Amino acid sequence: MSALTETPVVARPSRRVTRRTENAPKGPKESPLSRVGAMTVMLVFTLYFLIPIWWLFIAGTKSSSQFTSTNPLWFADFNLFANIGNLVAYRDGVFLKWMLNSALYAGAGALLATLFAAMCGYALAKYRFPGRELLFNIVLGGVLVPATALALPLFLIFSQVSLTNTFWAVFLPSLVSPFGVYLTRIFASASVPDELIEAARLDGAGEVRTFFTVSVKLMFPALVTVFLFQFVAIWNNFFLPLIMLRDETLFPVTLGLYAWNSQVNQIPELRGYVLIGALLSIIPLIILFLLLQRFWRNGLSAGSVK
Amino acid sequence: MSAPALTAADARSAGSRSPAPRPRKIKVAHPRAIAIFIVPFAILFTLFYLVPIGYAIYQSLLVVERDGTFGKATEVFGGLTQYILVFQNGPFWESITRVLAFGVVQVPVMLGLALLFALLLDSPLLRGKRFFRLAFFVPYAVPGVIAAIMWGFLYSPNLSPFTALTSNVSFLSADLVLWAIANVVTWVYVGYNMLIIYSALLAIPTEIYEAARLDGAGQLRIAWSIKIPLIMPAIVLTGIFSIIGTLQLLAEPQVFRSFSSAVTSTFTPNLMVYSTSSIPNVNLAAAFSVVLALATFVLSFSFLKFTQRKEGK
Repeated sequence: MSALTETPVVARPSRRVTRRTENAPKGPKESPLSRVGAMTVMLVFTLYFLIPIWWLFIAGTKSSSQFTSTNPLWFADFNLFANIGNLVAYRDGVFLKWMLNSALYAGAGALLATLFAAMCGYALAKYRFPGRELLFNIVLGGVLVPATALALPLFLIFSQVSLTNTFWAVFLPSLVSPFGVYLTRIFASASVPDELIEAARLDGAGEVRTFFTVSVKLMFPALVTVFLFQFVAIWNNFFLPLIMLRDETLFPVTLGLYAWNSQVNQIPELRGYVLIGALLSIIPLIILFLLLQRFWRNGLSAGSVK
Repeated sequence: MSAPALTAADARSAGSRSPAPRPRKIKVAHPRAIAIFIVPFAILFTLFYLVPIGYAIYQSLLVVERDGTFGKATEVFGGLTQYILVFQNGPFWESITRVLAFGVVQVPVMLGLALLFALLLDSPLLRGKRFFRLAFFVPYAVPGVIAAIMWGFLYSPNLSPFTALTSNVSFLSADLVLWAIANVVTWVYVGYNMLIIYSALLAIPTEIYEAARLDGAGQLRIAWSIKIPLIMPAIVLTGIFSIIGTLQLLAEPQVFRSFSSAVTSTFTPNLMVYSTSSIPNVNLAAAFSVVLALATFVLSFSFLKFTQRKEGK
C-alpha cells in the first residue's frame, strides 16, 4: 500500500504534513487508539471503494465460462487480451468507435468550453463594463440549472432544425460551462495582477494577445480544473445522447454500453462484452486524473501551497 | 509554487456577492477586447441555456387539439392546462416523493462520510494519505451508467461475488432497489465531495489550530470547533450540488431497469420526463421539466438561505 504512495507519479511530499509533524510535539499526543481507529475506518472504506473495480478487472480477465464458475475476486485463466480482442472485433469494432466518439465529444468539447469560459471569466474579472454584475449573476444562475433539465428542450429545438441524431446535437450543448466562468473569474481576480496587464499594455501588446500570452499561463491551474470537470461531465453525460441519438455509430461509450446491457436478456453473449467494455471505458478517465492531478489539485486548493 | 490562491474565502466572498465593486460611472475601456472575450460564451450560453429554458416554458403552455379522433393534430395555446395535468399526475408526485426520500437519507450519509474522510485526511492520525485520497476518488472516474451496470452485477443473486449476502437479501426488490441505487450514487460521489471539503480544509492557515493545540485541544475538538465552522461554505456547496443531483436522478435508475422490474418508467421525475416525451407527449413532458427545474431551484435556494441563516446566528 505504501509502495503506491512512493511511486514518482504520486510522490511529492505534502508540505503541510511535514509542517504538522514538526508541530505535533507541542500539543497533546494523538493516542494510539485514535490512530488505529482512523486507519481502520479508512482501510475498510478503501475496500468498499476499490473492490467493485477490482471485481470488474478480474471479470475482464476471465472467459465467459469461468466467469460464473470461479472465484469472482480472484484470477482464473488470464484471458484479458483475448477478451479485448473479441470486444474490438465485435460488430466491426463498434466499441472502438464509441470510445473515439466519447474522446471527441469530451476532449474537444471540454477544450473549447474551457477556452470560452476562461475568456468570459477573465473579462468579468479584469474589465469594467455596464451589465457586468448582471451577466455574472445570470451565469451563476446557470450553474444551478441541471444539465438534464435542458436535455428535452434541446431535443425539441434541435429537431426543429433537423439536427437531432447528429454529432452536433451532443457536441454543441457541451461547449457551455457556467461553472467554468464562475471559477475562472474568481481565479483571474486573484491570480492575474492588474499591474501585469498594464505592463503588457505599455509594451504595446493588445488585450487579446495579453490574455493568450500572459494571463492564460497564470490561470493555468484553474483552466485544468475547468477542463477536467467539463471533460468528466461530458464523458458521463447520458440523458442528452440518450434523447438525441438513434444512430449507433454516433453513440458515446456510456450510451453504447447501456444499450448492450439492456439487451443482455435477449443476447446473453453481450454480458461479457459489457463487462470488458465497462473496464476499458473507465481507464481513460483514471489516466487523465492521474496525469493532471498536480494541476487540478492546485486549481482547487492552491491557497495552502505557497 | 507561484500559483495564487483560490481559497474557501474567495469562494465565500464571491458566493455572497460582497459589496459590488465601485458603482461609479466610467467610460468603458477596451470595448472590442471585452466583446471578443464575452461574445463566444454569451452566444453559446444563450443558444443552449436560455433559449431551451424559454422554449420549454413555451412548449409547456401548448396543448394538442385534434379534429375528431383521427383528425390532424394542431398545437394551440392552452394556458396552464399542462400544469393542471402535472398536478393531477399521481406517478409524477410519487416519483418526486421517492427522490426526496432518497435525498433525505443519501445526501447526509454521503456528505457525512465525505466530511469524515476529509477531516481524517487533514488530521495527523493517518499514514498513506496520498493513497487514500486517490483510492477514494477513483470511483468518480466511473460514469454513472457504468457504475450502475457494475453494481447491478454485484447485487445480482447469482453473479455477485457476495452471493452469501445477495442470495439472502434481495437488493433489487421493490423494497430495497431505491437504496441499492443510493449506494451506487454514494459510491461514486463520496470521494469527489471529500476532495472539495478537503481543499477547503487545506486553505485554512495552520496557525489557527496551533493556538488551540497549545491550549491542549485534541483533534476532535479542533475539528468540531474550528475546522467545521470554517469549511461550512464548502459543505453547503456540496449540499447544493447533491440536492440538484438527487432530483435529477436518471442514469442509474434507467440502467437498473434491466436488472430489476421494480424500477418502472416513472421511477424518478427525469425518467417520467423521458418516458412522457417518447410517447410522444412533448407538451406534458415540457411541463414536467419546468416543474422539476423550479422545484430543484427552490429547494437548493432555500437550502442555501437556511444554512446561511444558521451560520449567521
